[in-house]
Amino acid sequence: MENLSYLFAAYTAIWILVFAYLVRLQRREKILRQELDQLRQRLSGERRGLDP
Amino acid sequence: MPAQISTLFPALVFLSMTAALWAVFLYVPTEREMGLVQRIFYFHVPAAIAAFIGFFLVFVGSIQFLRTQQARWDRLARCAAELGVLFSLIVLFTGPLWARPIWGVYWRWEPRLTSMLILFTIYVAYLTVRSYGAEAPQTQRFAAVLGILGFVNVPLVYYSVHLWAPEQQLHPRQVELSAEMQHTLYLCFAAFFLLFFYLLQRRMKIEQTSDALAQIRLDLGDEP
Repeated sequence: MENLSYLFAAYTAIWILVFAYLVRLQRREKILRQELDQLRQRLSGERRGLDP
Repeated sequence: MPAQISTLFPALVFLSMTAALWAVFLYVPTEREMGLVQRIFYFHVPAAIAAFIGFFLVFVGSIQFLRTQQARWDRLARCAAELGVLFSLIVLFTGPLWARPIWGVYWRWEPRLTSMLILFTIYVAYLTVRSYGAEAPQTQRFAAVLGILGFVNVPLVYYSVHLWAPEQQLHPRQVELSAEMQHTLYLCFAAFFLLFFYLLQRRMKIEQTSDALAQIRLDLGDEP
């Protein structure tokens, strides 16, 4: 039982690393979504400007 | 990737990881000599193999990029390198935590540990080159060469226990596992490979979208 802390630390480290990476991916996805929305708004604005 | 598979992927990863954790903590018997801490092995080894797969994909992507100059190969190499580094980091974190109670030290400069650390450093350098050089063609080519050369170290890590003298080693040359231990290890391999390819697919999608957005901005006349 004396080695339980090492086992716990190892599995905690694994999940922290995986979740940190997932959070990083999620942040990048959010930035891309925002960028996409900006482009959509800009394009629809330009289209409205072209309408007679 | 078809939308249905893409939706099922996270569920599959979750289920396989739950099954792997069940096997590691509830199914497999405790190893007699090392005790509880030996259970680190079931995630440590699959993480190492997942890292090797990542570096192999960097190798393939880099060769194909130099051959064809197609951006998708460069994307594959970049994303796989990131995952290779992530899984190497898992190996480098869990290894010392397993080593401390068994060998009495967190770290020893023995062949496998040292070669693994060198491998990790090479791909950190690869990612650093990529992050500083942006998308310049010269950087892409340089990174591809680094990605190919870096892969030479993978078989070196794998076979390091055989290449160096036994008295220099801490890692065993052969590991004997009971049937339950083997089943658990295979389950963990499946879970880790699924996790690896799920993350790779998500990372590739981000890169693809980012490249497409950059192209649209360029077409609209924006500054790069």
